[in-house]
Amino acid sequence: MKLTRMTPASLKNKTQLVFMAALLCLGLGSLYSLPLSAAVQTEDKAEVIAIVGAKIVPVTGQIIDSGSILIKDGRIVDLGANVSIPAGARVIEARGLTAYPGMIDSYSWLGLEEISGVRATVDNRETGRVNPQVKAIEALRYDSMHIPIARANGIVAAVVAPSGGLISGQSTLIKLDGWTNREMVIKESLAMIIELPAIRRSRGGFSGFRGQQPQVTTEKTLDELRQIFKKARMYEKRREAARKNSLLPLPEFDEASHFLLPVVKGELPVIFSVHADKDILQTIKFVQEEKIKAIFYGVEQGFKVAQEIKEAGIPCIIGSLYSLPPVWEDGYDALFLNPVILNQAGVKIAFSSSSASTAKDLPYQAAKAAAFGLKPEEALKAVTIYPAEIFGVDKLLGSLEPGKTASLVLADGDLLELGTKIQKVFIDGKEVSLENRYTELLKKFEQREVNK
Amino acid sequence: MTRKLKKTGLIISLSFLILFLLSATWLLAGGDLLIKNATILTVTGSVIPNGDVLVINGVIKQIGQNITAPAGTRIIEANGRYLMPGIIDTHTHIALSGTNEGTDAVTPEVTMAEVVNADDTSIFTALSGGVTMVHTMHGSANVIGGTNVVLKLKWGKPSEELIVKEAYPTLKFALGENVKQSNRTLLPGRPQRYPATRMGANALIRTELMRAKDYIATWDRYEQLKKSKNPPANLLPPRKDLRLEALADLLRGKLIARCHAYVAPEMIEFLNLSKEFGFKIGAFEHAWEAYKITNELKAAGVGISVFIDSWAYKMEAAEGIAYNAAYCTKKGILVSINSDSGERIRRLFNEAGKAVKYGLTQDEALKLITINAAKQLGVDRLVGSIEVGKQADLALFSRHPLSAYTRCEMTIIEGDVYFDREALIKERAGASAQKGGLS
Repeated sequence: MKLTRMTPASLKNKTQLVFMAALLCLGLGSLYSLPLSAAVQTEDKAEVIAIVGAKIVPVTGQIIDSGSILIKDGRIVDLGANVSIPAGARVIEARGLTAYPGMIDSYSWLGLEEISGVRATVDNRETGRVNPQVKAIEALRYDSMHIPIARANGIVAAVVAPSGGLISGQSTLIKLDGWTNREMVIKESLAMIIELPAIRRSRGGFSGFRGQQPQVTTEKTLDELRQIFKKARMYEKRREAARKNSLLPLPEFDEASHFLLPVVKGELPVIFSVHADKDILQTIKFVQEEKIKAIFYGVEQGFKVAQEIKEAGIPCIIGSLYSLPPVWEDGYDALFLNPVILNQAGVKIAFSSSSASTAKDLPYQAAKAAAFGLKPEEALKAVTIYPAEIFGVDKLLGSLEPGKTASLVLADGDLLELGTKIQKVFIDGKEVSLENRYTELLKKFEQREVNK
Repeated sequence: MTRKLKKTGLIISLSFLILFLLSATWLLAGGDLLIKNATILTVTGSVIPNGDVLVINGVIKQIGQNITAPAGTRIIEANGRYLMPGIIDTHTHIALSGTNEGTDAVTPEVTMAEVVNADDTSIFTALSGGVTMVHTMHGSANVIGGTNVVLKLKWGKPSEELIVKEAYPTLKFALGENVKQSNRTLLPGRPQRYPATRMGANALIRTELMRAKDYIATWDRYEQLKKSKNPPANLLPPRKDLRLEALADLLRGKLIARCHAYVAPEMIEFLNLSKEFGFKIGAFEHAWEAYKITNELKAAGVGISVFIDSWAYKMEAAEGIAYNAAYCTKKGILVSINSDSGERIRRLFNEAGKAVKYGLTQDEALKLITINAAKQLGVDRLVGSIEVGKQADLALFSRHPLSAYTRCEMTIIEGDVYFDREALIKERAGASAQKGGLS
């Protein structure tokens, strides 16, 4: 209060000014030293959390029937059947529970869509066709009601993707905890989203295919992309030339080209929304010719070209299985068998909710494929370690291993099973609340009975 | 010449007679089956491990162990897999060639039974998820829709054979955002349809029912005069009005209301209307805020047909909590889980499985898609559980149907197999071999 009112004019003499400056320096100095001293302190004084007596499913290693997990500074420091618990540790008794790494939703609209039918609450679809400049992180509604619900089902991280048009914008990878959108960031700009035409559906029905029917072919769309990428490369060349030679004028600022530079340079991956077998093959060719990093999303007919996808080394994010096969002749179970066949061919797959309001159903998406032949341990990997690898965060997430962030789940049963109740969720070593809109409203109206 | 013609005529008529008799026996009798070594989830009784079910003429004849079947009966070896009653979906719009007569806010004269489309591939999709019966309904575009129809999903049979005549005759009502068209962009030059508010919707129903009351009174007066000793010479019957006929049937108790409603106040007010006019409510559809008014629903004896957790797709679904079905069940309300979708219909067993997470036992959860649904449709003496004497509508699952890892293997209606995954896969292998040979 006093400081804000003080102006240089109000200072009585020079001595006071010098004194103030010294105080300021001291203050700044201590501020700078704070993180350092905090880090030093945590070396000995940070709380150690010990989860004991749990069945541990590390995903990357052998299942431990009964063991302990030590957490310190947000990281797993040790785990196993015979881990000694340090004195003073906060012990969490987990007998009868199973510890899993938290799940990663590989494609969602969490934080971009609250109530899909109310436009004011929808921020995932920019107008126009080419929008590489838009960033999901900048619109992320961090206190979305869907996030705590997803978290209560064991999901700890999610890709949030813009959609619509041809180049939809930049997706982000967030952890499902934080007081602001920026606090949630794992990777601010994860991948550019490019949406290629959908498969034209012959059937609709009352609640059938709701998306747009494609107006153009994938071939034409890829041609359009080639032009856009070429323009971005030319733009970069001219800018580079102008930087080197001050006599050359800088090219006029081009938004699309500018924001596509990391893509054409092969630094920022592209998530291609691609669906039909022939379109997948064309897109593989495109990716190779353009020398860009690619991840496929949707891939409903991927099973027909699984070998080609495998050879191209492109990982696949499976679109929602809560959908009918776009081509009736593929068989009623085509979408369920698709991840099974891709996995068997050696393609790296990850499941997605492709949603905000049903992001919580991610584990059941994986289990659905398991019902049709995917090995349960592969299904589990496809919501944990595989997405972590695909997004380059496998040093942090995706399995229970010393050194990784303690983003884990304690469940009373199989993680992917419908009836399983998640008992505790830790994100970066912090136990997060499992309260959500469902539990809050339930509690509120249970009071009606209590008060009667 | 004439003799020859006569003979031909005789042969033709005889063959028609034979054909008729053959088709008649087809109509009368369902299939014969013996399902062996199944884990039988009877729903109304206890679970029978390693049990057999004998089906004769489409009806469950015997349930037990080591049952022998008459020679020639098809035997299905379940190998411990799970047998449950065919799943019943209490709210869908599949197998129809029209859903909404939405040009007018009041259209009770339209009948879904007249637009059944037995060729809709959604029937097969539903069968692949163990569904054997659906309540397929008029849409929610208007306040008073049409009469709905209950179908058995006999894929490949003509429409008439799908209709379940024993089910309650029901009339669709709808409230809230859909009928007030709040999520619609008005076309230029087109006026907003009345009603545009929840007040209007309620007022409209009241007005229409008052008209129907007058209509009944007018006819009653006419009938009395006609029966009187000296009927007036110029006595003319009142004009027939199909719209008011349907509403009169509702007031006479011949039709039961099924009301699409989301928020608590609109349900309370519809309950009040039913008291005011003395009509019956079969169930509230969607009923996302039922958990807020369990006392009122319980007192009125009105059930709900709901999603387990498909929510937040519009404002009135923003307080739809996944605990709704479980909580209402525990408060003594009759709850069924519906799909309202040609896609979700094939995973209704998954939706029921979620109810376990939100507080129900497995037994209670299974009832949400079987016997509870049958009760809501008035067919619980025929289907909805595995009991001797009931129709053999059954679904066989690879694992417990409430497990996320399960898969429907076979779907049976009245002893006839309508979906058989194993046979389908064999057929597929054959087809691709044939294709390989050709190319």
